[in-house]
Amino acid sequence: MSNNDADNALHLEAIDIRLQGTPLVAIDTRIEPGEVLTVMGPSGVGKSTLLAFIAGFLDPAFSARGNVWLRGRNLARLPAEQRRLGLLFQDPLLFPHLSVGGNLGFGLRRDHSRRDRYHAIETALAEIGLSGYADRDPATLSGGQRSRVALMRVLLSRPNAMLLDEPFSKLDTALREDMRSLVFSRIHQENLPTLMVTHDEADAEAAGGRVLRLMPPY
Amino acid sequence: MTHSLRNRLFFQSVRIAPWLAMALLIVPVAGGLAGIIGPAFGWLPALDGHALGLAPWRTLFRQPGLLDMVGLSLFTALTSSLGALLQVVLLLGALLESRIFRLIQRLLSPLLAVPHAAAAIGIGFLLTPSGLASRLLSPWLTGWDHPPDYLFPGDPYGASLILGLMAKELPFLLLMSLAALPQCQAREHLHVARTLGYSSLTAFLKGVLPNLYPLIRLPVYAVIVFASATVDVAMILGPSNPTTLAVSVVRWLNDPDLSRRFMASAAALTQLGVTLTALLIWWLGERLVIKLSSGWLTNGQRRHADTCLACLASGLIWFMLTLLGASLLGLILWSLAGYWPFPQAWPWPLTADNWRSATDNALSLLGQTSLIAVTATLLSLTVVVGCLESEIQYRRRMRPRSQLILYLPLLVPPVAFLFGLVQLQAQWRLAPGWFAVTLGHMLFVLPYVFLSLSESYRHLDPRWAQVAVSLQASPLEVFWRIRLPLLTVPLLVATAVGFAVSVGQFLPTLLLGAGRVTTLTTEAVSLAGGGDRRLTAVYALLQLTLPAIGFGLAIGLPRLLLRNRRDLQPS
Repeated sequence: MSNNDADNALHLEAIDIRLQGTPLVAIDTRIEPGEVLTVMGPSGVGKSTLLAFIAGFLDPAFSARGNVWLRGRNLARLPAEQRRLGLLFQDPLLFPHLSVGGNLGFGLRRDHSRRDRYHAIETALAEIGLSGYADRDPATLSGGQRSRVALMRVLLSRPNAMLLDEPFSKLDTALREDMRSLVFSRIHQENLPTLMVTHDEADAEAAGGRVLRLMPPY
Repeated sequence: MTHSLRNRLFFQSVRIAPWLAMALLIVPVAGGLAGIIGPAFGWLPALDGHALGLAPWRTLFRQPGLLDMVGLSLFTALTSSLGALLQVVLLLGALLESRIFRLIQRLLSPLLAVPHAAAAIGIGFLLTPSGLASRLLSPWLTGWDHPPDYLFPGDPYGASLILGLMAKELPFLLLMSLAALPQCQAREHLHVARTLGYSSLTAFLKGVLPNLYPLIRLPVYAVIVFASATVDVAMILGPSNPTTLAVSVVRWLNDPDLSRRFMASAAALTQLGVTLTALLIWWLGERLVIKLSSGWLTNGQRRHADTCLACLASGLIWFMLTLLGASLLGLILWSLAGYWPFPQAWPWPLTADNWRSATDNALSLLGQTSLIAVTATLLSLTVVVGCLESEIQYRRRMRPRSQLILYLPLLVPPVAFLFGLVQLQAQWRLAPGWFAVTLGHMLFVLPYVFLSLSESYRHLDPRWAQVAVSLQASPLEVFWRIRLPLLTVPLLVATAVGFAVSVGQFLPTLLLGAGRVTTLTTEAVSLAGGGDRRLTAVYALLQLTLPAIGFGLAIGLPRLLLRNRRDLQPS
């Protein structure tokens, strides 16, 4: 491990993912804190597979080599829950058995007193314009509201980097703009290295960072 | 018949199928329950009971050990159900995303197909003082030169009964949970929770289980009902003095002194009460857990002794698999044993005598058992396919309430309503026998066939039918030439499930056949009560083989017949 890997950048080192021996994705890059790297490509090209590998959910059908360095740790060797990567999915996936506040509490780390937890949840709700929504059933929220809660849930878990899996694709065009600016401003604010997978050019534009285009291997 | 007439007939039979299913399930259960209420209060004209009163109850309450029986039924039912549920939760939580889980998934259907009685006999033989387990450990570890002196099966606390029940409840609940996982987006929620830093087990407990449990609540209740009212397993593994209530009910019912039927009816009603009490206690437990866990779910704690629990989960799996494997081995050895003195682990010489002496009787029982099972299964399958087809034709999913009716025979203690049916049989002077037994089996076969087939039937891509219709196929043709062939594998599996359920039935055969209809199961259970282990083992193995053949055919036939249709093969 070289010294400059111990910083806050997300270093994808010599990653090579294969499906039954056939090369699928190969990547070697550094994502600096606050930078958003966009990975684009047609469906089936392995964007989601790359994301699953980094997050720790790679299907056993694939074989993968390479290292994922973040803050001096090689994440590729750690179970998913110890990687501290905030993953935003296509769907907000709020837990239906918990209230809106409960979902945020689920994300919040344990090192808070009960009162601090309450305040942290209220503050997070206020930041996304949902003050007073803590006791609401997530099923009663609109699509945009749910996405915002999902974002805050991830941020409250204090991730070291963000992974975005087509996070805006299921939103209406009007909402998409708002959500994009919210997500990217929070990422810059928290100075998190971010990898975004998308097939929407507008996402890449809004992210404003480098764009990596994956090509089919044939 | 003309084309359009046939189509009209098809629509009509499909339209009545759901009503037929409801009638087939509701009428016997409700009628059966009604059939015990009269005699329980002294009214049964066939036996000269015309005076309404509480005399049967007074006789019942004078029976020695009644309270112990009730207590034992409640204790074994709740403990075994809780044990099975905890094991399922632990297995899913610790191993859902591991490789060993695929092995477990493969083993589930064969495990489910094992009839209760055969499993109970196997476990009893394995753990009894002179069983294979103590032989394998003796004398080198235990120092025993003679079978030790402990009571098993039949220990007074019902531990052997609980073990036997769990061994069958665990695979059932696991299968129902696996079917429910996609419905509650388990995978996605698990991944969300893990990326938020939750260990797999805690992620499952906090993020998946609260959504999964409501979906498997009905199967859990069915397990509790079964455990609280089982007769065959309790006869084989349960304590004998006092027995569980259900066993005594059957004994009183079969008493040659017919006047005991009044008291037996009161006892059967009591059994219904015991089962309801067990459900009520469980339901209160549910409330308590929900109340106590609400803060814990969102307190942010991300790990709970995970390594420890994961070890426990794999330990459990291996224990259960060893238990069942060794039970099977024990049965095979006993069936081939001649002289087999105690600490010897391996009988020598092996002999086919036990099998030979059983041949004549066994062959006729095999025929009888298969005939009943095939008839009950095919009738059930027809009705179930009709129900599912009507959902498609009339674009209306069965309402939750109708689903509940499908579960009805699994949610009412069979001993209660079957006994009532016997009373009605006697009242109306219907001949007990083959036909009544087959109809009785259908009560239990139909729900399982429905459970097994419904998901595949409902999720078949509707575009196949749309393509066929656009090619000018009539609904009848779509049904016969498109839908059924595409569902070959699920249909065969559902048939195998129904067949296995029927083969395993003990109580309906015993009661509705009035002792005149014998199957492999009734024979194995009655032999298990006697002393001949070798012959019992032969019958238990036969009883186990029949469903195994069924599943073998369900999986093997498509591989053979559809070998050039890869997309239709079982996965």
